[in-house]
Amino acid sequence: MTISFMKIHLALTRKVWFAVFGVALLLAFGWVATTSGPLAPIKVIVTQVVKGEVAPALFGIGTVEAQRAYLIGPLVAGRVKRVLVDVGDTVKAGQLLAEMDPVDLDKRVASTAAAVARGRSAVAAAEAQVSDAKSHREFASVEAVRALELGRSGANSQSEVDGKVQLRQSADAQLAAAEAGLAAARRDLSRLEADLGGAEQQREILRLSAPVDGVVTARDAEPGSTVVAGQAVLQLMDPASVWVTVRLDQGRSAGLRVGLSADITLRSDSRKPFAGKVARVEPISDSVTEERVAKVAFEHLPPDASVGEMADVTLRLPTVGDALIVPNASVRHRGVQVGVWVRAEGKLRFAPVKTGAEGLDGTTQILEGLRVGEEVIVYSERDLKDDSRIKVVTSLGGNEK
Amino acid sequence: MISLAGRDILHSWGKFVLTGFGLGLLIGVTFTMAGVYRGMVDDAKVLLNNSGADLWVVQKDTLGPYAESSSIPDDLYRGILGLSGVAQAANVTYLTMQVRRGNADVRAMVVGFEPGQPGEPGYLVAGRRITRSHYEAVADVKTHFALGDLIRIRRHDYTVVGLTQRMVSSGGDPMVFIPLKDAQEAQFLKDNDAIVNSRARTAVNPALNRPGVPGLLDAISASQTSNHNVNAVLVRVADGHAAEAVAQDIRRWKHLQAYTREQMEDLLIAKLIATASKQIGMFLMILTVVSAAIVAFIIYTMTLGKIREIAVLKLIGTQNRTIAGMILQQALGLGLVGFVVGKIAASIWAPAFPKYVLLEPADAVAGFVIVMIVCVLASTLAIRAALKVDPGTAIGG
Repeated sequence: MTISFMKIHLALTRKVWFAVFGVALLLAFGWVATTSGPLAPIKVIVTQVVKGEVAPALFGIGTVEAQRAYLIGPLVAGRVKRVLVDVGDTVKAGQLLAEMDPVDLDKRVASTAAAVARGRSAVAAAEAQVSDAKSHREFASVEAVRALELGRSGANSQSEVDGKVQLRQSADAQLAAAEAGLAAARRDLSRLEADLGGAEQQREILRLSAPVDGVVTARDAEPGSTVVAGQAVLQLMDPASVWVTVRLDQGRSAGLRVGLSADITLRSDSRKPFAGKVARVEPISDSVTEERVAKVAFEHLPPDASVGEMADVTLRLPTVGDALIVPNASVRHRGVQVGVWVRAEGKLRFAPVKTGAEGLDGTTQILEGLRVGEEVIVYSERDLKDDSRIKVVTSLGGNEK
Repeated sequence: MISLAGRDILHSWGKFVLTGFGLGLLIGVTFTMAGVYRGMVDDAKVLLNNSGADLWVVQKDTLGPYAESSSIPDDLYRGILGLSGVAQAANVTYLTMQVRRGNADVRAMVVGFEPGQPGEPGYLVAGRRITRSHYEAVADVKTHFALGDLIRIRRHDYTVVGLTQRMVSSGGDPMVFIPLKDAQEAQFLKDNDAIVNSRARTAVNPALNRPGVPGLLDAISASQTSNHNVNAVLVRVADGHAAEAVAQDIRRWKHLQAYTREQMEDLLIAKLIATASKQIGMFLMILTVVSAAIVAFIIYTMTLGKIREIAVLKLIGTQNRTIAGMILQQALGLGLVGFVVGKIAASIWAPAFPKYVLLEPADAVAGFVIVMIVCVLASTLAIRAALKVDPGTAIGG
């Protein structure tokens, strides 16, 4: 009796165990079939459309540049004779920076100067001739008057009188000729003096001097090297005029205007942004790179900004208040339509929307298409369709830091 | 009527369950292998789906941008936008490279895209979309990057601002999305040493560094380091226009190659992953045959183990039909347990695979049918052995 009962008991336990195993297996199978693979519902994270404010901003990258930079070079081709300053030197306006080799220019100045001296001598000679002619004329004039008087009294013959008068006329003519010679000598002198001035000026432009106070940024030619007209020997910049040339994607540059406040982050020190302001928006934008160009001036010049350094610039636009906002991750594209997946009464609906301002933190303003309090899908595991089965969760495995 | 099979299974249920479990793991491996193959094909398809394009416009006479390299100027898209039937056209670049985070690096496909245009990741699982036009990135979760991570691509650091899922290249590498201009630079920008060397090389070339032409050298150096090329233009066709008709226009008038969705899928599956998928397919076939053989042998040896009991049954006059039914039912039961365990096991370990494993319900159904057929075939072998048993062995043996 006891033995048979025990047997039955054992048999029952076996049956029960087997049944438990079977049920567990079936449950696990059912769970696996419905929670993984293509048949499983798409896990999503939802949020509500709320009213709030959007702080839109523009972002661009640029390079630090000097607004005023100077290329110092000769007007004519020549050889560099000496360069007096080096990169980094601070120079004053008018300071001699470099000099070109004059070659034969000094000789030409000397030759012209000699010609001027000779011209002066010529003038002196002409003046002497004039005074000589004058004295001749006076003497001839006196002689002629005396001869005329004597002729009237009959002491002189008519031919003698005529001779003296003729001598006076001749002396007049000689004086006129001497005066003309003097004028010509003077003109010649002034021409030679002008020549000398020109030669000296030519000599002067070979001396390259600083047009403004500034810093030498490049020394492009060394003594002995030959440069063509206009080629720079030295480059200068005005360190007080350093600003940032920013390039902004045309598609994301709405609202760009002079006066916007800016945060400038230099690549050399990304921890400390500098305050700045848009000083100029270039009227011509880059058609190849599809970027707009703006100049952003520093409020306080960074002490050691290097020209050519890369900078990130964030321009803050006026805040849009009292706007319908959603995270930008909820804005999807379906074909060419822009919209948001709305969950209403457990069903999905693609609501086309019109978006407005967008903040750098991803907040997007919705202009039309949604109402406050509607539930929209922010994140989803997969692409959604109208008939997708969804399951709302709080996290999709993307771990935040 | 009393179920002989049921009684027998209950009698040694531990053995039965363990055998079924072992068989299940084997079937699970087979399912996984099928899943790996499906996953490969799906990776290729998902790449096309995620780009959101109807047409891929690439360099003439290439199979770009995925199967071959393609390079076209980045202003061509304007001409394509002007064609009738084109709703959207956007530049895109693809570059598979190592992306560094700290000291480690991850193999990823870096995609340069324009926000709001085809090529953009369609959905996110965390974070936000890119709002700055430079130095922000959206990464696939498979890269194991977290939001806020700084990752390095060439010489710039990018902040991971968003995460997405199932955005992979046809090779299964996770994607990292960055703004197009950054990607163009990353794709063609050489390292600093190379740039300096190249400048020096240009400077010693007398044809390029002429004393009489100041500025020529600078201009040449600048043009050597700038890049205005992209790999492809993705086109969305306007409603009511056939993609193939637009593609023909582009091929004919723009002297570029244009692929429709079907052609691209064909390119990827028939050409790009052809060898790899055949390799997996071959392995899958062998695995199926091996699994079938093992199932057959297990059922056969199980029957042989019960040969004395079967002899007793015969001795007491049990019909051959009943004995055959018992063996068949046991075989089918074993197959069922194996199938269920295999399906569960495959589903559990599939997500742990580094590449995507897609377990399709249709494959599971086909697998079930195959398992059952194999069990029936295997049991015939065992039934034959059982029916040949001499009832005398029950007493003799």
